Amino acid sequence: MTQTIKEIKTFSVFMVGVGGQGIGTLSEVLIRAVDYSGQRCIGVDTHGLAQRGGVVSSHLKIGNVNSPLVIPGEVDLVIALERHEAMRGLSYLRPGDVLVYYDTSWQPLPVRLGREKEVQNVEIDNFAKENNINVFRVFYNLPDVRMQNTAVLATIAKYSLIPQVRPEHYLKAMEDLMNEKVYALNKEVFEKILSE
Amino acid sequence: MKALGDMLIQREPFSEIVIGNTAIVRAMVESGVKVVTSYPGSPTPEIAEAINSIKKEERPFYFEFSTNEKVALEVAFGASINGYTSCVFFKSVGMNVVADSFVQLSMMELPGGMVIVIGDDPGANSSQNEQDNRHYARLSYTPILEPKDAQEVYEMFLKAVEYSKKLRSPVILRLTTHTAHFKQKVHFGSYVPSDLGLPIFNVKKNGPYIPIANNVPVMKRKALEKLSEWGKISEEFAHTSKNNSKRGVITAGLPYLSLLDVLGDNVEKVDILRLGMVYPLPRKAIIEFLKSHEEVKILEELDDFIEQYVKSIAYEEGINTKIIGKIDLDDWIGEYTPEKVKIVLKKVWPDLVYEPHKKVGNIRVIQRPPQLCPGCGHRPVFYVLSKILSKDDISVADIGCHTLGFLEPYEVGQVLLSMGHSTGTASGLSLFNKTRKVVAFLGDSTFFHAGLPGIINAVFNNHNFTLVVMENGTTAMTGHQDHPGRKIRIRNLLEAMGVKHIWEVDTYQIDKLEEVLKQALDTPEFNVVIAKHPCMLKFTRERRRKGIVKVPQMSVTNKCTLASVCITKFACPSFQRDLEGRIYVNKDLCIGDGSCIGVCPSGALEFEKFEKADNTESAGDLK
Repeated sequence: MTQTIKEIKTFSVFMVGVGGQGIGTLSEVLIRAVDYSGQRCIGVDTHGLAQRGGVVSSHLKIGNVNSPLVIPGEVDLVIALERHEAMRGLSYLRPGDVLVYYDTSWQPLPVRLGREKEVQNVEIDNFAKENNINVFRVFYNLPDVRMQNTAVLATIAKYSLIPQVRPEHYLKAMEDLMNEKVYALNKEVFEKILSE
Repeated sequence: MKALGDMLIQREPFSEIVIGNTAIVRAMVESGVKVVTSYPGSPTPEIAEAINSIKKEERPFYFEFSTNEKVALEVAFGASINGYTSCVFFKSVGMNVVADSFVQLSMMELPGGMVIVIGDDPGANSSQNEQDNRHYARLSYTPILEPKDAQEVYEMFLKAVEYSKKLRSPVILRLTTHTAHFKQKVHFGSYVPSDLGLPIFNVKKNGPYIPIANNVPVMKRKALEKLSEWGKISEEFAHTSKNNSKRGVITAGLPYLSLLDVLGDNVEKVDILRLGMVYPLPRKAIIEFLKSHEEVKILEELDDFIEQYVKSIAYEEGINTKIIGKIDLDDWIGEYTPEKVKIVLKKVWPDLVYEPHKKVGNIRVIQRPPQLCPGCGHRPVFYVLSKILSKDDISVADIGCHTLGFLEPYEVGQVLLSMGHSTGTASGLSLFNKTRKVVAFLGDSTFFHAGLPGIINAVFNNHNFTLVVMENGTTAMTGHQDHPGRKIRIRNLLEAMGVKHIWEVDTYQIDKLEEVLKQALDTPEFNVVIAKHPCMLKFTRERRRKGIVKVPQMSVTNKCTLASVCITKFACPSFQRDLEGRIYVNKDLCIGDGSCIGVCPSGALEFEKFEKADNTESAGDLK
């Protein structure tokens, strides 16, 4: 049998980050944006509430799918909000797929204790090259740490990384979820990145 | 910005992207539920968040967080026997707390109807076990519905209320972590407000309500009669897909969806019987399904609950179909995600499972254990204790954020059972023990939830250990719910219970904290240290809501001698190492609390020079 997942035109997204980085907001904006694009989508956040500072992930599936949970190795796009989590995210991909990550480092305990080496961009790049994965590295000087999400969203919109979802869909989704002031500030960042 | 609270009580039908936990609140509104109670626990706290999004004065029902799950269940029970439709929700292990009262419910006439929503946790995402609460349904003759997605969470809740009122009987709606958090566009119906009505409690008409002596067999008979009625209703929730295959699968809930994804195009090669009510099971549907297949696989998460029943039916009916249940121990463990179902199904029918050929190579993935937040008031307690406890001393953990003390580098907290167990377990550990000090922990919400009996026991029976009450002023781990500490002072309660030695200390005063803990550990009878500091996660969120975004953060000055205490012993996640091994502060993480200052032996930790920024507008908070 050949690739069933591709044939029935489905698209799986795996989001991963550290507790406190705002994966929840990111996934909420994405699912609404996909909905505004007129495509069927389901999702689920996987977090134990005890995961303070631990790994937080979220799943999003588009098209004719049933479970909201993705299958590692059968994911089309990984979105990571941190460098070490980008490495974790890469393990979910197949050759030919896409990784977009925000380039910041929240060192996990084994790194801080000196037991593991901190992940550097070059390690991500090398692995991606060997495995034929397209990488989008995102980094901006932002007015607020919690806008890293928005920078990632803008990158996804700019390069059309999710099929059929256009910039206006993302903005509409953000408007649904944010109060006026917060929306205005995030929209500014989003549009600036888009126009660069 | 869309206002969730307004949507949840609007009269007209609507569709919205929500999680299962939110969908359930609209179902409460539409079905005329009048009383809702809970004790917070993952995966259910978002139900309360959705309830709280509706302004209190506009809420069509009463809602409270009770002291613990058992009290919550009893409040809901009291409302139901007074004619008010009620709902109680809590997490998986909450079922053990409610059990004493819960097992009586099916014997009672509940004219208002009552829905018990439990959030089970296959995979133990945020619980200390994977307990399969379907067993409680059987134990107590209570029906149990199991939805597969958010839409069905909503629909099944409506059905649950309808039948519960009709049969005047309790019913369980069993969510699992990922049906509770399942996000999709859910289509809701209209809402017609209903009258409150007068309280109707009436023993002569609806009783007896005292399950003692001669009443017990009469009441038990009633429960069993109702159970057989539920058995008929169960058939309505059974769905069969027919491809006229010789092979069939019986399944329920989220594993059904995993199965569909794993089968892909092969879905036509098997028939599926999907169960919506998993106790009592639909006997007729199962017999028919067994008879029309040569081989039937039971695909169920956690225990072999359906399997045992299906096998017994086959035996009673003389059906020779090959029934394939759990194959090995792995089949009993973990959530049935699509990934897991692939493995489970492959052991039985490998031809049905698609495996992609291309996969990425091996990659260096670094473990990221959870940890206490930057500025957490619990950290100094674990830091000090890891320093002053000898390696033979014994520390007893309890449930809460402070459970994380068991992790590296503190490793304080070595044994854990359940909410509030620590005082009892520590008492036992202190018996025949004159050589090894015993210290137990208890969070403030848990203190009220289940901590009191153990403390009273320690006083009453003269046990000898130190209890540290980790008071942060909230139920932090589940998302900052309120608890009775707002009205009742812990110190006053301890004094009233007869505790002779009580210390109170703000944990940011590290020197005083160390002195107090040493004193407590040297006291030869039961004593309590109240280690206080407000939850800083809650504090920083509130600070941001007020518009304060930038505060002075810590910096590592050139006095640093790389003693590394801040990283290896105190372990605030804000301290990181650069490639040359120098220590710096991660500006994304530091909240400028300064709780670390006293731990540096060379005094290298200082507040950075700070000029108030112009930009005080918060840009990240949604609410």
